[in-house]
Amino acid sequence: MVTALILLIVLMILGAIAALESKDLLSGIISLGIIGFALTVIFLILQAPDLAIVQIIVETMTLVILIAAVMKTTKADTVETFGKHSIFLGLVGLVFVFVFIWTAVKAFQQMPGFGSMPLRMASEYVNNGLALTGAGNLVAAVILDFRAYDTLGEATVLFTSVVGITAVLRKLGRNRV
Amino acid sequence: MKGMSVIVKQISRLMYPSILVLGVYIILHGHLTPGGGFAGGVLIAGAFTLLVLAYGADEVTTARGKWRATLGESIGIFLFWFIAVLGIVQGGYFFLNMVNHGEPLQLFSAGIIPLCNIAIGIEVSAALFAIFITMSVLKLGDKV
Repeated sequence: MVTALILLIVLMILGAIAALESKDLLSGIISLGIIGFALTVIFLILQAPDLAIVQIIVETMTLVILIAAVMKTTKADTVETFGKHSIFLGLVGLVFVFVFIWTAVKAFQQMPGFGSMPLRMASEYVNNGLALTGAGNLVAAVILDFRAYDTLGEATVLFTSVVGITAVLRKLGRNRV
Repeated sequence: MKGMSVIVKQISRLMYPSILVLGVYIILHGHLTPGGGFAGGVLIAGAFTLLVLAYGADEVTTARGKWRATLGESIGIFLFWFIAVLGIVQGGYFFLNMVNHGEPLQLFSAGIIPLCNIAIGIEVSAALFAIFITMSVLKLGDKV
């Protein structure tokens, strides 16, 4: 299992690099799809079918929207210029990479092992979730009963993003047309 | 946006009812099987997107579709808030699971969880379809 995970993560990193480096925006988007679909397989291997379903559907939908948007507008990438400021930005980026990797290593050392369940809240959900909510799917019980505030905030974020997109991409004021 | 060839039109006409049914199934069985309002809603939005991509869309249908999508999105988020506030009215706190839980592992069970799934399904499907229409169908100067 670990070998398959490492292979998939290497594939995801290669896809991310290809998405960044490709000159054509369409091939960049397709390389971006590698990341999402590999993440779907990772969720399946780690036995999280809820996340796998959401990930594969949302990834497909996002790719379709992005491809349709690129076909409508332009395929050309923006040209980057190099100067003195790019050296400074690269140094800052390196510092942040080291800080993040150090923090991640420190954080992962304190995580419980895969499959073990020492967290008090999680064991409460698993043991009493069916009796308290009556939902067979424990994920639904958590996101819509125990942690329904999170889901409400998430739905509100989606609503706000759609309002923002329709307001920004309207391009012309309503009164001027 | 123009439509695609006859093959694509026929295939998508055959496919989109089953995609819709799968989306509704995933929403309604969200408290029993993996999935839920979000995944099913995205599937329903995907069925509509498939139709728009295959058959094309002119200005009038686009304006009407976008109006309906934003309306459905508002109705979905309003239903979700309504269910949440109904808990205060019934028993004192937000998101109270006030409906009878029923027999576990049946379709009609788990109190408000299926109702919340339906509300989220309406909201997500309409929201993603609105995003798709806005980002890829509308042109500069469309009066929408």
